Amino acid sequence: MPKKIYLDYAATTPIDPRVIRKMTPFLKEKFGNTMSLHSFGQEAKQALEESRQAVADLIKAKANEIIFTSSATESNNLALKGVAFLKKEKRNHIIISSIEHPSIMESAKWLETQGFEVTRLKVDKYGLVNPEDLKKAIKKETILVSVMHANNEIGTIEPIEEIGKICKEKGIYFHTDAAQTFGKIPIDVNKMNIDLMTMSSHKMYGPKGVGALYIRDGVKITPLLHGGGHELGLRSSTVNVAGIVGFAQACKICKKEMKKTTKRLRKLRDKLIKGILSKIPHSYLNGHPKKRLPNNANFSFEFVEGESIVMQLDLLGIAASTGSACATAKLEPSHVLLAIGLKPQKAHSSLRLSLGRWTKEKEIDYVLKVLPGVVKKLRKISPFKV
Amino acid sequence: MKKFSLYPKKVMEHFKYPHNMGRIENADGIGKVGNILCGDVMWLYIKIGKEKKRGEIIKDVKFETYGCTAAIATSSVITDLVKGRSLEEALEFDREEIVKELGGLPPVKIHCSVLAADALYEAIYDYLTKQKRKIPEKLLKAHQRIEKEKKEIEKRYKEWTKIEEEMYKKF
Repeated sequence: MPKKIYLDYAATTPIDPRVIRKMTPFLKEKFGNTMSLHSFGQEAKQALEESRQAVADLIKAKANEIIFTSSATESNNLALKGVAFLKKEKRNHIIISSIEHPSIMESAKWLETQGFEVTRLKVDKYGLVNPEDLKKAIKKETILVSVMHANNEIGTIEPIEEIGKICKEKGIYFHTDAAQTFGKIPIDVNKMNIDLMTMSSHKMYGPKGVGALYIRDGVKITPLLHGGGHELGLRSSTVNVAGIVGFAQACKICKKEMKKTTKRLRKLRDKLIKGILSKIPHSYLNGHPKKRLPNNANFSFEFVEGESIVMQLDLLGIAASTGSACATAKLEPSHVLLAIGLKPQKAHSSLRLSLGRWTKEKEIDYVLKVLPGVVKKLRKISPFKV
Repeated sequence: MKKFSLYPKKVMEHFKYPHNMGRIENADGIGKVGNILCGDVMWLYIKIGKEKKRGEIIKDVKFETYGCTAAIATSSVITDLVKGRSLEEALEFDREEIVKELGGLPPVKIHCSVLAADALYEAIYDYLTKQKRKIPEKLLKAHQRIEKEKKEIEKRYKEWTKIEEEMYKKF
């Protein structure tokens, strides 16, 4: 039996040792400030610009279209508020989906208090946005559409190419939060008609504290952080060179290994899904059966509560996650699971297992071996019998 | 036990090996509290016995719980705490005892100890009602509060359930 099994890659990933090796000199002797004129500064600046190119290469963008930030949350805030405030005088309508990450949901909610109107597109039972609904929601005041590339909880991949096309035809900016897909599945910002895109480093084996926002040439936004004019004046702050160098190295590795990793993980994911649905009675898959992230599996187990499943698994050395209210500070079930039509009790009973670069088949086998017993045990404690 | 745990050691022990788990057939009183929509449901069963000196005592107690780690651990620990107590003593039960016995609970989980104590009050209320006996003032107040909270929760979740029903009509 493996000692510890990490199946929460959607929450965060460990840094690849190859990334750490690239970062180390920038934490030591190559410590310069990119704005300095001397050689220390210029060395850092060169590393920054090379990193920008590496990130751009992964999504078929140009280097000058990449802005580094501190996180996907910051990138999402910058995209929404940055577009909204530049256009405020003329148009004030924003469209998002109802299953976005909290950094989009809450930014949109805040923009409502600032005089903006927000439409939240409903999703179907798999979590898919219907492009027809988007067409109907667009009006002449619409400035921005933001629909995530893939959902972080249920793994459903949205039809963003179609959504991007609609936005392009109507002359509206299209932003997508690609925190869960960047580095995992192919992205082509031109083919997909993306104007702004959020990326994260720590979800793809880079360090925490680094993110990026793709901003298409010609797309205008207003900055949130004012200061020394870093990142083309769009994001002032002394540049986190070591983090960015690590992020870039993570991008290079993903670019090289994506195809192979995706294929391997998809196979393991399907084994996991098939195994769990057949071994555990009254279990359900959440999210789309096919249009889903190669590394995401999300289940509901009737009559057991997700937090207790996660804690039982933790006792067995398996790290997982749940959308149950009992696992949050707000004590409310996941808005994503409610949006796909799950009753609150089914949302409470959810379990997310997310795979990654170091997930092995024997780990999946171990989960398949022990999870049925965990669910059975908790059902035995429960007053509701299946 | 694990080095980094969300809960104290004692909580995890009860969670791993719950005490007095299951149902009492022909229970003298059953306390059903919580709501599956919130993610916490506790059913507490009591069997009443008599002792010469102390009068009625809780001879046996068992639980069935749907809920998080804290919900299961508080259910388990309350059965340990009240087993063998006289009915009079049980009526004076303070939920702080649960928290103390478990070595603390995260702040957001304190409500689980409230729920466990409520399950006990409701079980005794059920027993006294079935016996057609007078309900002590304190217990009656607790029962009314629990009923009121149940209604509030139902109201709060009605909205979500409504959204869901509308969705299912579409598919």
